[in-house]
Amino acid sequence: MLLCRRIRAKMVLLSGLKKCRLLRLFHHIGEYFLMVIGVFSKPEKLRIYLQRTVVEIDKIGISSLGIVALMSLFMGAVIALQTASNIESPLIPSYTVGFTTRQSVILEFSPTIICLILAGKVGSNIASELGTMRISEQIDALDIMGINSRAYLIAPKILGSIFIFPFLIVISMFLGIFGGYLVCALTGIIAPPDFVEGILLDFRMFHVVYALIKTVLFAFIITSVSSYHGYHTRGGAIAVGRSSTMAVVYSSILILIVNYIVTQILLI
Amino acid sequence: MIEVEHLSKSFGDNHVLKDINFTFEPEKVNLIIGQSGSGKSVLTKCMVGLHQPDEGEVRFNGRAMDKISNQERTEVRKEIGMLFQASALFDSLTVQENVMFPLQMFTKMSKEEMLDRVNFCLKRVNLENVNHLYPSETSGGMQKRIGIARAIAMNPRYLFCDEPNSGLDPNTAIVIDNLIHEITHEFGMTSVVITHDMNSVMEIGENIIFLYNGQLWWKGSKEDILATDNPEINAFVYASKFMKSIKEVHKKGI
Ligand SMILES: Nc1ncnc2c1ncn2[C@@H]1O[C@H](COP(=O)(O)OP(=O)(O)O)[C@@H](O)[C@H]1O
Ligand SMILES: [Mg+2]
Repeated sequence: MLLCRRIRAKMVLLSGLKKCRLLRLFHHIGEYFLMVIGVFSKPEKLRIYLQRTVVEIDKIGISSLGIVALMSLFMGAVIALQTASNIESPLIPSYTVGFTTRQSVILEFSPTIICLILAGKVGSNIASELGTMRISEQIDALDIMGINSRAYLIAPKILGSIFIFPFLIVISMFLGIFGGYLVCALTGIIAPPDFVEGILLDFRMFHVVYALIKTVLFAFIITSVSSYHGYHTRGGAIAVGRSSTMAVVYSSILILIVNYIVTQILLI
Repeated sequence: MIEVEHLSKSFGDNHVLKDINFTFEPEKVNLIIGQSGSGKSVLTKCMVGLHQPDEGEVRFNGRAMDKISNQERTEVRKEIGMLFQASALFDSLTVQENVMFPLQMFTKMSKEEMLDRVNFCLKRVNLENVNHLYPSETSGGMQKRIGIARAIAMNPRYLFCDEPNSGLDPNTAIVIDNLIHEITHEFGMTSVVITHDMNSVMEIGENIIFLYNGQLWWKGSKEDILATDNPEINAFVYASKFMKSIKEVHKKGI
């Protein structure tokens, strides 16, 4: 806590120099990490935090099931179609379509693209919820009561999303591959048994693990960055809109950067 | 008793509060008056600890907020109830859950005891049969009263109200003012009420400070306010034609 105070004092000094953009960026990064530290402090009443986490799991995860399912089915289908239509040489075996669909869905599409979609849906939702609570002084009301508002509001969101996102992404993987299979079965573009052969070819569990590691990181990025922007909203209704946009923009950019770094570390 | 000593606060170049010294007296309705933007809300927020003052000290019955341990500070916080300018009810919770919230977080009461306390508080602010409504389904005056009920749920020693009657019709405003006055005396609380409404000043003001340009410009009782010839306070009090006419009558009477 003392360390936090000292860092904060330094940052107040820094914030005096707000005119410089780079310094302001550092200021935000510092504030962000302080917030994350503050979120994981000792809770007042564990039971209430658990209840809130369950509510958040429902709000963040279960309610996103529809859009995730829809996106995955269609994208899986399109990947299968495009791969099939691009293979002209008779030398390339037709199970390649199944193989390519599986690899694209598991490695990139489900963890990264679906998380980008969720950054839009969940991120803007979190930022506007917290932003509204901030400008209507509901967060002040919590602080007055002596409740750690960061921990109370943000921790359940982060924990809830880290718990539920992997399930969403695994569902998305199955549905994406199933979408590809459906296309084969319905259009006959390649024979379904060939597609299945491709799906099973050279399957590596590590790829799924890699995808789920990414998912957990992305879940953390989406909820913490959006919470940061929502919690630090200043002003009125327009500011809430701005926070919500910033939440989506910054979490998307961070997802892309972290995606690159993690891939470089784990797969190369 | 809440003592404020040499309190200063600025945001960047904006010196909002300059060296405020005052003692808010127990079992009285203490009023902070002043024009919009004169720093009334910032002063209360510094007192309750939502803003960190740049300089100075706030003491709740001798306990200086910046000198005590975190645990003691949490204890002091539990003795503070606050009604916010826009009520600040949690809009995802029902009226009952709103009032019950601090009890759930801080007490080990059973469900029945909590319900009893909630109903007592709601009844005290003259609200019944609203337990299961959401704040958005209630009127502005009801929201203020729910806010008061939530503020007094923990039986606070200190009650802060930021413009409790802004945005209300005159009748409802008087009801809220009187409610604050009654509750203060009934439970022996130290109340700090922000207002810019002269009606409430004359209705409930017992110990009044006037903020002007971030300074404590004037202090006194509601009787003093009619007698003073401080030009700034007169400009504030007699801003409306109606109040001016009262002043004429008052003078002629004398
Ligand atoms: N969080 C804040 N950041 C920067 N300036 C603020 C903040 N809160 C209030 N101010 C400034 O402090 C001054 C007093 O505001 P306030 O206390 O809300 O006035 P009022 O007396 O109407 O309640 C205003 O000039 C306002 O711009
Ligand atoms: Mg104000």
